[in-house]
Amino acid sequence: MTPQSGPAPTIGAVACTKVLIADDEPNIVVSLEFMMKREGFDVLVARDGRQALDTIRREHPRLVLLDATMPGMSGFDVCEAVRADADVRSTCIVMLTAKGRETDMARGVGAGADAYVTKPFSTRDLVQQVKDMLARDSAARAVAASNAAAGEMPKDLPA
Amino acid sequence: MISAPVVVGAAVVYLALLFAVAAFADARARAGRSIIGNAWIYALSLAVYCTAWTYFGSVGRAAATGVWFLPIYLGPMLAMLLAWIVVRKMIRIAHTYRITSIADFIASRYGKSPLVAALVTLITVVGIVPYIALQLKAVSAGYQLLTASGTAGSGTSPAWWQDGTLLVTLALALFTILFGARHLDSAERHEGMVAAVAFESLVKLVAFLAVGVFVTYGLFNGMADIWARARAVPELASLLRLGGTGGAGAFGYAQWFTLTLLSMLSVLLLPRQFQMMVVECVNERHLKRAAWVFPAYLLVINIFVLPLALGGLLLGPNGADPETFVLSLPLANGATGLALFAYVGGLSAATGMLIVETIAVSTMVCNDLVMPALLRRKDFGARAGGDLTALILNIRRAAILAILLLGYLYFQVAGEAYALVSIGLISFAAVAQFAPALFGGMYWREATRAGALGGLCGGFLVWAYTLMAPSVAKSGWIDDGFLIHGPFGITALAPERLFGLQGLDNLSHSLFWSLLVNVALYVGLSLWRAPSGREASQALLFVDVFARGHATAAAGAADPVFWRGRARPADLMALASRLLGPDAARQIFTEHAHESGVAVGTDLTADARLVDKVERRLAGAVGSASARVLVAAVAEEEPLSPADVLEILNEASQLRVYALALEEKSRSLEIASAELSAANAQLRTLDELKDDFVSSVTHELRTPLTAIRALSELMLDAPDMEEAQRQEFLAIIVGESERLGRLVNQVLDMAKLESGHGEWHNADVDLRRLVRDAVTATTELARSRGAEIVFEAPETVPLLRADPDRLTQVVLNLISNAVKFVPAEGGRVHVSLHVEGDGLVVRVKDNGPGVPEAERDTIFEKFRQGGDALTRPPGTGLGLPISRRIVDHFGGRMWLENQDGSGACFAFRLPFQPDAGAEGPRPAASEPAGKVKALAGGNTREETP
Repeated sequence: MTPQSGPAPTIGAVACTKVLIADDEPNIVVSLEFMMKREGFDVLVARDGRQALDTIRREHPRLVLLDATMPGMSGFDVCEAVRADADVRSTCIVMLTAKGRETDMARGVGAGADAYVTKPFSTRDLVQQVKDMLARDSAARAVAASNAAAGEMPKDLPA
Repeated sequence: MISAPVVVGAAVVYLALLFAVAAFADARARAGRSIIGNAWIYALSLAVYCTAWTYFGSVGRAAATGVWFLPIYLGPMLAMLLAWIVVRKMIRIAHTYRITSIADFIASRYGKSPLVAALVTLITVVGIVPYIALQLKAVSAGYQLLTASGTAGSGTSPAWWQDGTLLVTLALALFTILFGARHLDSAERHEGMVAAVAFESLVKLVAFLAVGVFVTYGLFNGMADIWARARAVPELASLLRLGGTGGAGAFGYAQWFTLTLLSMLSVLLLPRQFQMMVVECVNERHLKRAAWVFPAYLLVINIFVLPLALGGLLLGPNGADPETFVLSLPLANGATGLALFAYVGGLSAATGMLIVETIAVSTMVCNDLVMPALLRRKDFGARAGGDLTALILNIRRAAILAILLLGYLYFQVAGEAYALVSIGLISFAAVAQFAPALFGGMYWREATRAGALGGLCGGFLVWAYTLMAPSVAKSGWIDDGFLIHGPFGITALAPERLFGLQGLDNLSHSLFWSLLVNVALYVGLSLWRAPSGREASQALLFVDVFARGHATAAAGAADPVFWRGRARPADLMALASRLLGPDAARQIFTEHAHESGVAVGTDLTADARLVDKVERRLAGAVGSASARVLVAAVAEEEPLSPADVLEILNEASQLRVYALALEEKSRSLEIASAELSAANAQLRTLDELKDDFVSSVTHELRTPLTAIRALSELMLDAPDMEEAQRQEFLAIIVGESERLGRLVNQVLDMAKLESGHGEWHNADVDLRRLVRDAVTATTELARSRGAEIVFEAPETVPLLRADPDRLTQVVLNLISNAVKFVPAEGGRVHVSLHVEGDGLVVRVKDNGPGVPEAERDTIFEKFRQGGDALTRPPGTGLGLPISRRIVDHFGGRMWLENQDGSGACFAFRLPFQPDAGAEGPRPAASEPAGKVKALAGGNTREETP
């Protein structure tokens, strides 16, 4: 165990962490952008799937808030593309969807999202969820790093 | 002159070759690659009709009477014209009921009567034995001529073991036994024999033609030369005229007709013909080819008959017998090799006939004379034990030997007395007596056993008295005085001038009287008494064999079985085992179990179908009459009355009707089930569509809700938010709330239109202004997407009567749809309005990707949205369906125009004079009009939420 594990990280822990918001609904982007900026994240925005994937590859954000239903390339497609790309595979993905059907959920999980959030969501819960996820991710990275130092192969880690 | 060993050697080699052909065919049959399943082989095997009588006798007859050899071959040619109708029916009947001889055929038809079977067999034996003798005579005479032993040997008679004829007879008996009496079930065919006979037919044809060519073109300069030289000789010139049998006097039409009729009947009724044509037939369809190949064969083999006869008479080799010209002409002219080949051809003709005839007659003798007698004895009867198959086979073998020896005996005793042709014709006349009973039985249901017996007896007796007796008398065995004066001096009964009938030759005379008596008795006795149940049932099975064949195929096992009673399967099994062997017996029972769907051996009593099956199989082995006796012995049968037959027939036809009805039912059930599953699939599609719609509506509802909630929460959490920020958020919240409201309205709107509760506020509408206003209203939306809208319309258009708000809704919907699909850059929407006929047409065309071919048909359906579910622009999929309903309401029509490469073009047309009632019945307003109006008004602002 590393010293970083433990209680929820402070605002300082997320400061300057790059987060991408990908949604085609401008008003939802407005609200998410405001929310994340207020929490101290470094916010990037994409208006459709293609743009989102390009941004992820270029900017390597730690986390993506990804709308499932976008024109052109859907959120599911983006998710799959990310998981298939070794460079950005470890990006945390929170899928946002307005469709509440189980088949859609299953598809989101199948595509490799770390979390699946149904719209409309609670901003507080969403923020908390993002923070927890980043904390777990940091811890896992630390373990992986120490393991790598010990000569072990790095592994994909559960969300 | 050829030395005897050479001739004998050639004959032996030829018989060995024949044996090899037959063995080969049998081996192939066992290997499952039959060579006789071939129409050519079948047609050639029918040429067994051409015996030594044809080979030697025709030339003799032509030499004596000119063209009078011909009717014997014209008859068969005519008969083959009817083959497809008559012979096919015979084949079908024989194969269906496992009939293996002509005696069996006739007896089976008349209630499986053993008496009829025995009578037919007796007539056959009496009629055929001279014919067999004739063949032996031909072989023997030819041998003597070739070796020149005939003239020299008259003084010293050779010992019997030196008698070539007897040796040939015995060799043929052996051959026939080997290939004709190996299996018991005669319905199993003699493949080897058929192949051998077909081979023989070729040999005799080639040999005869070779002699014909040798004489016509070797000894003379072609046929014309022969005709010319014959005409120069007065006695021969008469042969070339159509005269009486002597070539002189008036043409004997009656005799010509008689001979033709006689040969027509004999080609169908001679035992060997029946064997080849009916019993050995592999496939009914082979008849089609045989119907012309066989007549063609007859034509070819007769081409050189007259040239040979005239040539022989012209060259006159030492007053030789014309019946041996085929041999004596080549021999006298030094062509000994050809003479030997010609002899082999004659041998071929004789052996073919002997083998087939003997097999056919031995089957009849065994099944219809010997077996019935044996079965009457306690130790052989149906309930006695022991395997009878070997016994039956041995009886057949003995019968083959006996018949051939009988023929040999006849030949020794009476062979010299008569010319070949006459003996043959007497035989023909004998078998012609079968014609009424056989053909009548195939087509006349009312014919009875008594009629058949009476006709056969009467005809046979008249034949014997008017043809057989005179011929015997002329041989000098009995005093021929009665021929002239009649028996006991009663001239009216003189055999060849019965009741003073004169002016006919003795053959025509005999045939006339015998067939007259035959037919009269047959018809008279048949009409005198109604047929018994069994006769009636067999009559139905024979006459309607084709009708039933089809029905059976169509309706399963609806074939009537005319049998009532009780039988134990064990008894039937024992019976079948004794006569067919245990394996074949078990096979019958397994088959039956298979067909009736019951496990083997579980039945306590055999049903009629099983009994019928066993009886048919037994009929193949021992004849139908004997089979009947055997089955009757092991079963408790109820006598069958004609009423029963009708009842069974009714049941069967009822069954057939039921089966057909069932088939019909199951067909319609199948159709119904297909319809149901199609409807189900459609329902499922609709369900999926509804599911998609709900999901889609959910998505559209949640999206604005998401923004509203998120922004509200953020403001709640940050009371210190900047005022400008707060104002922006509040504006967004208001906008999204409006969007929510519009969506709810649209769903409600569709629901109302669907249920027919829509409200309509009609007024005079200037469509030009309406469309222009809509274009203006959407220009801002288009600009935000980088597109421009072009509007094109005439200066003025006629007014329409419609609901302006609704029409605005339609136009806005089309334009905003178009704007949604234009490309990001250079987007262009073209809106036009035209007067076309008695209406106005509005077109909205964009330069987007267009509507994919696959979606063109469904684009106006509810819940259908353009593009992939995940990539299409937002929308509920209700815009177009709502618009179309509105246009429909005003008697108009909305459609998607054919795309000419780029973009989609939606159009709608509104008539100036909508049909009566198109305004629609004003529904009882269940809601305040103002409210609906307000909702609709909100709707018209923009189609997409």
